[in-house]
Amino acid sequence: MENLVEIRGLRITFAGAVDVVQGLDLDIPAGKTLCLVGESGCGKSVTAKSILQVIDHPGRVSGGSINLRQTDGSVLDIAKTKPTSPLMRQVRGGDIAMIHQEPMSFLSPLYTIGNQISEALMLHRKIGKKEARTEGIKMLEEVGMPDPARRYDSFTFQLSGGQRQRAMIAMALINKPRLLIADEPTTALDVTTQANILDLLGELQRETGMGVLFITHDLGVVAEIADEVAVMYLGKIVERAPVRELLENPKHPYTKGLLASMPRLDGDFKAPLKAIPGMVPPPALRPAGCSFHPRCEWARKDMCGHVAVLETDLGQNHMVACHAYGPQAHKFSRATRTADLAAPVAASKKAAGKPLLSVRNLHKHFAIRAGFFQRQVGAVRAVNDISLDVFPGETLGLVGESGCGKSTLGQTLVGLHRADSGDVQFADIDVRAAKGAEAKQLRTDIRMVFQDPTGSLNPRMRVRDIIGEVLQVNGNHSAAEIEEKVQGLLSRVGLSPDYAERYPHAFSGGQRQRIAIARALASDPKLVIADEAVSALDVSVQTQIINMMKELQAELGLTYVFVSHDLGVIANISDRVAVMYAGRIVELGETDQIFRNPRHPYTEALLAAIPGRGARKTGARIRLTGHVPDAAKPLEGCAFADRCRYVTDACRVNVPALRGEANHLDACLRSEELKLRSVSQTGALVSA
Amino acid sequence: MGSFILRRIIYVIPALIAVSLISFLVIAVPPGDFVDRLAEEAAKKGDIMPLAEIEAMRRAYGLDQPLLVQYWSWITGVVLRGDFGYSFGWNLPVKEVIWPRLGLTVVLSLASLLFVWVVAIPIGIYSAVRRYSAGDYFFTFLGFLGLAVPNFLLALALMYVAFAWFGQDVGGLFSPEYIEAPWSWGKFTDLMAHLWLPMVVLGTSGTASVIRVIRANLIDELHKPYVTAARAKGKGEFALLMKYPVRHAMNPFVSGQNDIFVDIVSGGTIVAIVMGLQTTGPLLIKALLEQDMYMAASFILMLSVLVVVGTLLSDLLLAWLDPRIRYQQG
Repeated sequence: MENLVEIRGLRITFAGAVDVVQGLDLDIPAGKTLCLVGESGCGKSVTAKSILQVIDHPGRVSGGSINLRQTDGSVLDIAKTKPTSPLMRQVRGGDIAMIHQEPMSFLSPLYTIGNQISEALMLHRKIGKKEARTEGIKMLEEVGMPDPARRYDSFTFQLSGGQRQRAMIAMALINKPRLLIADEPTTALDVTTQANILDLLGELQRETGMGVLFITHDLGVVAEIADEVAVMYLGKIVERAPVRELLENPKHPYTKGLLASMPRLDGDFKAPLKAIPGMVPPPALRPAGCSFHPRCEWARKDMCGHVAVLETDLGQNHMVACHAYGPQAHKFSRATRTADLAAPVAASKKAAGKPLLSVRNLHKHFAIRAGFFQRQVGAVRAVNDISLDVFPGETLGLVGESGCGKSTLGQTLVGLHRADSGDVQFADIDVRAAKGAEAKQLRTDIRMVFQDPTGSLNPRMRVRDIIGEVLQVNGNHSAAEIEEKVQGLLSRVGLSPDYAERYPHAFSGGQRQRIAIARALASDPKLVIADEAVSALDVSVQTQIINMMKELQAELGLTYVFVSHDLGVIANISDRVAVMYAGRIVELGETDQIFRNPRHPYTEALLAAIPGRGARKTGARIRLTGHVPDAAKPLEGCAFADRCRYVTDACRVNVPALRGEANHLDACLRSEELKLRSVSQTGALVSA
Repeated sequence: MGSFILRRIIYVIPALIAVSLISFLVIAVPPGDFVDRLAEEAAKKGDIMPLAEIEAMRRAYGLDQPLLVQYWSWITGVVLRGDFGYSFGWNLPVKEVIWPRLGLTVVLSLASLLFVWVVAIPIGIYSAVRRYSAGDYFFTFLGFLGLAVPNFLLALALMYVAFAWFGQDVGGLFSPEYIEAPWSWGKFTDLMAHLWLPMVVLGTSGTASVIRVIRANLIDELHKPYVTAARAKGKGEFALLMKYPVRHAMNPFVSGQNDIFVDIVSGGTIVAIVMGLQTTGPLLIKALLEQDMYMAASFILMLSVLVVVGTLLSDLLLAWLDPRIRYQQG
């Protein structure tokens, strides 16, 4: 097998002192998809950028070689080519192209996408503007952009997330590169859009025969798209194997840890996840010996902490860098190698008794103003006639694509938006009419955890004041009482009590989210609404937080409303799930019911979009095209009708009501006659 | 876009009404008027003006009317007939004094603005791209110097240099023989020969601040993801710099241009007096001292209109430059 790029001993240094990547060896085969996996901070992106010599200041390649095989058979060492040289510019965009995570920031908003696509072509081919335009439109068509001739003249902010990513793919592929570097290209997308983009990349790869270096932290995506996988930790490849081998027979404890911390949809998806302890240290504090040893369960003090690791070839293209497989393997006992995942499974709580929170016919509309006098010309129906109950001690998951209104619903429940109509009853309080003491009680009883742990903590307040503020504002607590409470909360969320003196910037993302959770718990709430509370975190940290939230729930009898777009997380944490679409609940039921026996075609499509399921079976895929309908337009019939594969004429006329038995409701006119597919019982690996 | 421009233009109208009312009231409300001053001057010469005469003069000038009536008749004259009232001090209709001066003020201000752009934009870009280089430090030093030195001092120094070393005729915008002459090619070239000195003086502080603004904006843009993306396409560094970061850095710069224009227009008074320029500044001072009400109000009104129109223009320019504004507010 021929390698397109061979990287040997690559070193990337930042600010002249810190090695982010230290002695990396990596072969990128031609015509195959190689996935590079690891947590953030492992140096994946910077390695990819080094292949194009576009590392941001102050980083630079300080050693090693990056050998690119040219079409004429000669070899170009990119690491020794001057970044600004014409030769290097020819490679960039010509031989090797790159797509990125966030097309909104990687495409300029000041030029049309057509301008930027054709620019890439004109840089590498002598070609007129008119021809470049024709080529650009053709390329947009190839990447499945709807109405390409018109979109060619659109700006990024006029496109949806999926369309932007298609535009960026078109820009990368217009010169027919031999290698495409894809840096987390689907991480910022909805699961349904992600499925479409992964399909597209797979097709393009097969058609053009280009090599793909695909960077991701998501092992579900890996299962979907990879031929080979390389796992990276702190600037080094720790394991490399063909995709099936790696997923089914992982060797390195880090790979095993990553796999164990992914929520799975096979077997019992409520089984507690096993998180890798700790987090990736900054490269400046790279541990000696095997750099993974401080987080490793197998680590032996006499060896892993100071002896450098060498690669061991296990045969069949399986390579691992771990002492447990090296010459000293006999020192590691079998017992430690098969770390068991068994842990007591929390019994599923049954929704019963009197609901803690009861929502009836809730509406929240946002006015759209336009025209000369900014008159109201319509309304975005973000929350449209929603009724649901939340029972004490349970976790209700709210799931759906972005723009479906799940966050607005959460924010309306906690009082951040004023509902337009409907009833919200919390315990015995009418939430919408609450005043004075009742309103105060609501503010302490219902608390919220937000998605962005950086933005939601005031950077000028000490942790003590952030957590204790709710007590200072509501009710009379003495300073000593608050101090004691804060200390208790900090140790409860797994942080040292003396962190109370510090400011938020001193903490990592995961620690900040722990602080945010401590803040939510400070007033001894009954209900916590978590709005995408783990979405911004790395897999292993995400798992740590989920596990902690479950423990807190068991100890304190908390009730959660857990808003997330991530089905794996939802399956793992929720007792019941509400699937939202276009401001309405389309299906509501126990987690098992929703995932094993979905009744709404939208739920079916969401489940089918989860990467890593039924990999390589291209037939009979269920893929959603299009978008959540514009919530500003008045709807007739079922909101999902335009994207539904089972649509009938009746669906476009009648608005389906939410109906069914108590533990499983759905809003589909045809739910009785349809036989929908669910997640399989085995081998389903889920994105997290 | 059309609706955006229309809305912006209509927003200007209430601003103009408020500006005209305020500029009139500022002049008219303080105690004492032009007739009081005449009486005072007469008294200094030992010549007591009889009360009846004072009253008669007031009536003749319309100063005995209520303020709002005076304002109304003045502003309707301005809007309907282009009549700015009568200057007591010059014994001429205000418009005959004001237009030539205003014209020169606009020419000088635009010239200064142009000077600012031509000098500051390339230096700003250089300073950002070669951050912390010797050149950057040099220009930064020069910039702070430009900010710190008062305009009039710079004017005096430059005048001295121009006169003593280059033997140039300094002061004023024209050589004496052209001051009263009608416009001709000779007068135009004479104006150009005189214009550069006040242009440099007025533009210096603006140049310094624009360098800082461009440098700061551009440094923010230089490492944005879209720059990496364009570089990864294989674009050359200079073309890349111009097409992406510089273009992005222009937007906040454009929206700040109006402030600089205002500074130049209003900051020109002292420089104009020092250099003997035939712009509006010295005339406005004189009108204020003499309580030449219509003259002063008209000047303030016209300068304010310039500022309002300048704001409108920079808003429209920004909309033209930035598709995000063009498509999302229209």
